[in-house]
Amino acid sequence: MTQATQPTASVLTGSYTYASITDKIADTVLIRPTHWGWMVGMAITTMLMVLLLVAMSYLFARGVGIWGVNEPVAWAFALTNFVWWVGIGHAGTFISAFLLLLRQKWRTSINRFAEAMTIFAVAMAGLMPILHLGRPWFFYWLIPYPDIMNVWPQWRSPLIWDIFAIGTYIIVSMLFWYMGLIPDLATLRDRADKRWKQIGYGLMALGWRGEARHWQRFDTAYLLMAGLATPLVISVHSVVSLDFSFGLVPGWHSTIFPPYFVAGALFSGFAMALTISIPLRAVFGLKDFITARHLDNIAKIMLVCGLIVSYSYLFETFTAFYSADQFEIFMIRNRMAGPYAWAYWTVIFCNVLTIQTLWFKRIRSSTLALFAISIIVNIGMWLERFVIIVTSLHRDFLPSSWGMFYPTFWDLATLAGSVGAFAFLFLVFVRVLPAISISEMRKLVPEKQKGEL
Amino acid sequence: MGPIPTSFWRSLEELAETDDFKDYLHHEFPRFADAYSLNRREFMKLMAASLALAGAGGCTRPLEKIVPYVHAPEQLVAGKLLFFATAVTCGGYATGVLAESNMGRPTKIEGNPAHPASLGATDIFAQASVLELWDPDRSQAVMRGADISTWQALVAALSSKMQTFTANRGAGLHILTETITSPTLAAQLRALVAKYPLAQWHQYQPVNRDSAYEGARLAFGEALETQYLFDKAQIVVSLDADFLGSLPGHLRYARDFVSRRRVESRRTAENGRATMNRLYVIESTPGLTGAMADHRLPVRAADVGAIARSLAQELSVSRATPVGTPSAVPDAWINAIAQELTNTRGASIVLAGDEQPPYVHALAHAMNHALGNIGATVVHTQAVAAEPGNQLDSLKRLSLAMAAGAVDTLLIAGNPVYYAPADLGFAEGLRRVPLAVHLGLYHDETAASCHWHVPAAHELEAWGDARAFDGTVTLQQPLIAPLYNGKCLHQLLAVLAGELNKTSYDIVREYWHAKLSGDDFEKLWQTALHDGLVRDSAFAVKTISMRGDVSAALPSPQAEAPGALEVVFRADPSIHDGRYANNAWLQELPKPLTKLTWNNAALMSPALAQRVGCVNEDVIELRLSGHHVTAPVWIMPGHPDRSVTVTMGYGRTRSGRVGTGIGFSAFALRTAAAPWFASGLEILKTGRREPLATTQHHHSMEGRDIIRIMSLTQLRVANPAKEETGPATSLYKPFEYNGYAWGMSVNLNTCIGCNACTIACQAENNIPVVGKTEVTRGREMHWIRVDRYYEGDLDNPRAHFQPVPCMHCEQAPCEVVCPTEASVHNSEGLNVQVYNRCIGTRFCSNNCPYKVRRFNFLQYTQDEPSLNAQRNPEVTARQRGVMEKCSYCIQRIASARIEADKENRRIRDGEVLTACQAVCPTQAIVFGDLNDPASAVNQMKASPLDYALLKELNTKPRTTYLAKVTNRNPELGR
Repeated sequence: MTQATQPTASVLTGSYTYASITDKIADTVLIRPTHWGWMVGMAITTMLMVLLLVAMSYLFARGVGIWGVNEPVAWAFALTNFVWWVGIGHAGTFISAFLLLLRQKWRTSINRFAEAMTIFAVAMAGLMPILHLGRPWFFYWLIPYPDIMNVWPQWRSPLIWDIFAIGTYIIVSMLFWYMGLIPDLATLRDRADKRWKQIGYGLMALGWRGEARHWQRFDTAYLLMAGLATPLVISVHSVVSLDFSFGLVPGWHSTIFPPYFVAGALFSGFAMALTISIPLRAVFGLKDFITARHLDNIAKIMLVCGLIVSYSYLFETFTAFYSADQFEIFMIRNRMAGPYAWAYWTVIFCNVLTIQTLWFKRIRSSTLALFAISIIVNIGMWLERFVIIVTSLHRDFLPSSWGMFYPTFWDLATLAGSVGAFAFLFLVFVRVLPAISISEMRKLVPEKQKGEL
Repeated sequence: MGPIPTSFWRSLEELAETDDFKDYLHHEFPRFADAYSLNRREFMKLMAASLALAGAGGCTRPLEKIVPYVHAPEQLVAGKLLFFATAVTCGGYATGVLAESNMGRPTKIEGNPAHPASLGATDIFAQASVLELWDPDRSQAVMRGADISTWQALVAALSSKMQTFTANRGAGLHILTETITSPTLAAQLRALVAKYPLAQWHQYQPVNRDSAYEGARLAFGEALETQYLFDKAQIVVSLDADFLGSLPGHLRYARDFVSRRRVESRRTAENGRATMNRLYVIESTPGLTGAMADHRLPVRAADVGAIARSLAQELSVSRATPVGTPSAVPDAWINAIAQELTNTRGASIVLAGDEQPPYVHALAHAMNHALGNIGATVVHTQAVAAEPGNQLDSLKRLSLAMAAGAVDTLLIAGNPVYYAPADLGFAEGLRRVPLAVHLGLYHDETAASCHWHVPAAHELEAWGDARAFDGTVTLQQPLIAPLYNGKCLHQLLAVLAGELNKTSYDIVREYWHAKLSGDDFEKLWQTALHDGLVRDSAFAVKTISMRGDVSAALPSPQAEAPGALEVVFRADPSIHDGRYANNAWLQELPKPLTKLTWNNAALMSPALAQRVGCVNEDVIELRLSGHHVTAPVWIMPGHPDRSVTVTMGYGRTRSGRVGTGIGFSAFALRTAAAPWFASGLEILKTGRREPLATTQHHHSMEGRDIIRIMSLTQLRVANPAKEETGPATSLYKPFEYNGYAWGMSVNLNTCIGCNACTIACQAENNIPVVGKTEVTRGREMHWIRVDRYYEGDLDNPRAHFQPVPCMHCEQAPCEVVCPTEASVHNSEGLNVQVYNRCIGTRFCSNNCPYKVRRFNFLQYTQDEPSLNAQRNPEVTARQRGVMEKCSYCIQRIASARIEADKENRRIRDGEVLTACQAVCPTQAIVFGDLNDPASAVNQMKASPLDYALLKELNTKPRTTYLAKVTNRNPELGR
């Protein structure tokens, strides 16, 4: 996808100057009245977030038994949610860091909110394993800290690797996001009309004055951070996948998991980026910044990732039979024809069949179609993790121990609540911080004027 | 086992009568000042008693200054276990046990190796009796109607009544007990009836031996007890007799039976010299015996008699014309069995089940007689029941008397309102009795219908005696003073006899003082208490003579409408006749074949279910001659067609918090005319469903190598050499074991699937019960489960059992995935779980291919004071959110190590018995040190039959299995 082959649609439409770009983005935060759609969204997401808080409180009071987990399915919704949310986070890092290194100009208008998406998604993801613990109040035992009994975590456990992977990821993502925000925070500080806003943005802007030295150091640091964040796109979900492939369980014990999971992560992440950007550009009138070209590009990446995921499904099946291992063969048969077959075939429909429509330009240029597909892929990717976790566990080696998993109200409440909390944080974000990078968009203006875009 | 400190307990009993002691009981903690005024001797007595009553007194620390022992009571060392030989009974029959006392609290039951009915093993009921003792729902006060009253008030009321009876020679005085085998009780009752000649003693319990005694009367002219010597029998034919699971003496029978099935020793197996007995089972409701059979034939209960006739005819025993075998029975079967029996004259057994009518027993006796088995493999003694009369008739007489208003005072020890046959109108009759007194552990259905209720002392709380299946008497000694001031039947009968202040100790001792003739009664008494049995009290074998041809006794066959359905009544495998309904351990124990918990169900064959058009959990209405009950359906492979089994014990209305309101009562259908099976059952669909909690949803091994089965012929021919394990390659250094390396072997060839291991483990390791809802969700906590797989067609599959504890893998998948090192390998090879370090990620459970790990999804361990007293102090009670599993009874290893260290030696082989191993009636579980080449477990593991479960995963389990071997008759084919 080099610039030479780019389609005609631009990454910045309309006629904008430095000032008008700043006005447009900053006003959304500082001046523009609250949109009714935003209010409705806030109302719904607040309710869902309260639901999450209730579900968590009840969980802490009673124990994980309020969920449907059991023997043999000791992991279910919480871990499914975890992997799903981590995966969603990946698109943000991919867009802001990976595409920055590849000098993809079209990332400019979407990187800010994609990074916000990353942080909120990883926050939701980080919550899940803690909620899922039998004794969540001891979650810090997973962290290596010097204690007087000289007891350390057990380093062979992938869960410990996970702690490091997720911990690193959330720290780097936060830093990267915040660093990119600094020039914009200074802009907001300068434009804010209320004293408390000036102080608030001013403190966060860390004394940015827009000097050339500032810009020079900023660009270097930002590039370095991007370089640091890029490998995380690969490593984090690879480590998450080891939580499973390290296990003995048929359906988990597989070497293709790391690439399979990374592709799946980007797949769901870009789907979520679409799910967010399409209403965002409509509600806040950002169609000039987030153009059809952006949507088209995202759709293309989704298609590529989706194809890798489809290939993984195919190969998972192939290797199961090729291995001639009775447990593996049974596992794949059980997935396709067992009690959870509906989930498996829904996954195939969502993640394999639906995205084939993205080959067509007509579909890629239809916002409505893209929005629908993005939702379908989100559901499909959630179900994929559900299938991997639950259908592998529920019938493993000894038939005497086979069982079923049925979600309870609290399982569903935690999932819905986490979606709500994610959306809530996002809605707050678009009203408090510039959802599109002002400084980076302004860099596009001269390029556009030179006709380079 | 320490010697029995009888004097200690005696002094407690004596103490209980002193004023000081009563005063003590009044004030839970006597003030120091009061104690100070006692002399030193009395003070020490008080301290001893207070310690013994620690369980009763609770664990609150007194506020006042307290004084520790100056001289500790003899034998009582803090933290050290004491064992007392006593007996627990089920249906009157005693099993000798050693009850474990933990600082005065009975916490666990072990079998008494010296007792003939135990040989060191116990059944599930004996194991669960400690929970019964500590059950907080037990009745705790004498009740007069709905009001709390006192024992003194009852004694006064009864005493005034007795004056009337002295005048009218006891007319209108009736006593209803369950089966009495206790010599003392029998003597008391007989004395009472002698004193009041018109008084009547009735006996009834729903699971009784009427058929067996009546059968013996038919055959021999008197009610004799039949005993079987399975260790001498080559061919065993069971006519619906569950001798491995429920027949009195079944623990002994199981041990004797499997002694002729052991082929695991290397020499036998590899030289093709293995021999085994052969078991034919003609069975109605699938049971443990049928699961163990080499050939099992499912037939309706009503058809067993016809088969017995044909077999008798084939053996030329009976001149009666056979009524024709049911069409389901191939003639080849009868011929083959008859042939085998003839070939093994004097070394075979034909036995009939207690649920079969008397004539089947008579036929079995006749066949044994004709085959020369009597005296060789089958012996007869006088009846174990003190009064082997027909219990059903006895209850009928009582019901008639009540209905006629002829009963003035009725003393009931039992729960007849719940379990009397539905057509006797017992409850209605009881209302017409002017004075009804009930003695029972619970304020149950009968208690609610009586004027007085007396809380009974538990068997572990009172003195008593009881006979085992062979007549051996065990003196029951209390381990603890009655928790709730309970009284025993001895005391109540003594009151009727006018002896108001006698304790059970006085009564039992007086009786035996007269019986144990000898110079030194005290010594004999002490010996009997110490050994847990009275020497030479087993009944002598009687030489019997058949009463001519039994064919005269055979009933003429009854015509049955074609296609008529039959209902079969059985004792529930877990809660028996309902007496254990409030026992949560037993309720949650998966029934051996259905794996159902917390419910009974209408069991039927897959074919019948298909015809009726119902599936599991559909609620149907069962109608039988005017009586009806609704029941959920459970499809039972191997159940005879056109037959429905219902188990007793459920549908209790006043059982306690655990047992009330679950399941349905089979007694609603059971009539005096047909106590065990009846034809003419109608099934109506209700359209409702009731969820049932099962612990195993899949019954097929899916072609996987889980239970290895081979035939004896294969074993002889194939000469199987032990599989060589390939060279192990690992990135990690193997563990080194310089001390001990523990291991276990489970013999699937001798496992009968009785579940005793599961419940012994539960008692030993403080395993919580979780309740029906949680079981439905798949969250039961048993550390050792017994998997049951079916093989073959649905109509008559073969059942296989496999006890699965933790495998203690050498390369344990659980250890590597635990992030907090809560699952670790110890220096003796155990895979230990550190509860305090567990945060509950549950990765270990996911990664365990054997799924033996159990998780506390909620706070399952309840903080109930009396249940806390039952817990084993050596084992941590687990918090919610913590993973747990079998520890190979690490606390027992630790105790043995301490003892060994004190003597500066290694732990001896057999010194550590895990709870599951100790309880196992067939010694299928062997545990020991793998570093000791001579250890029993190493002998087992050297067997060519030894294999590791899921070996291909390279987990290298320390628990391995011995393959099951069957001995089928080649002539019957498959």
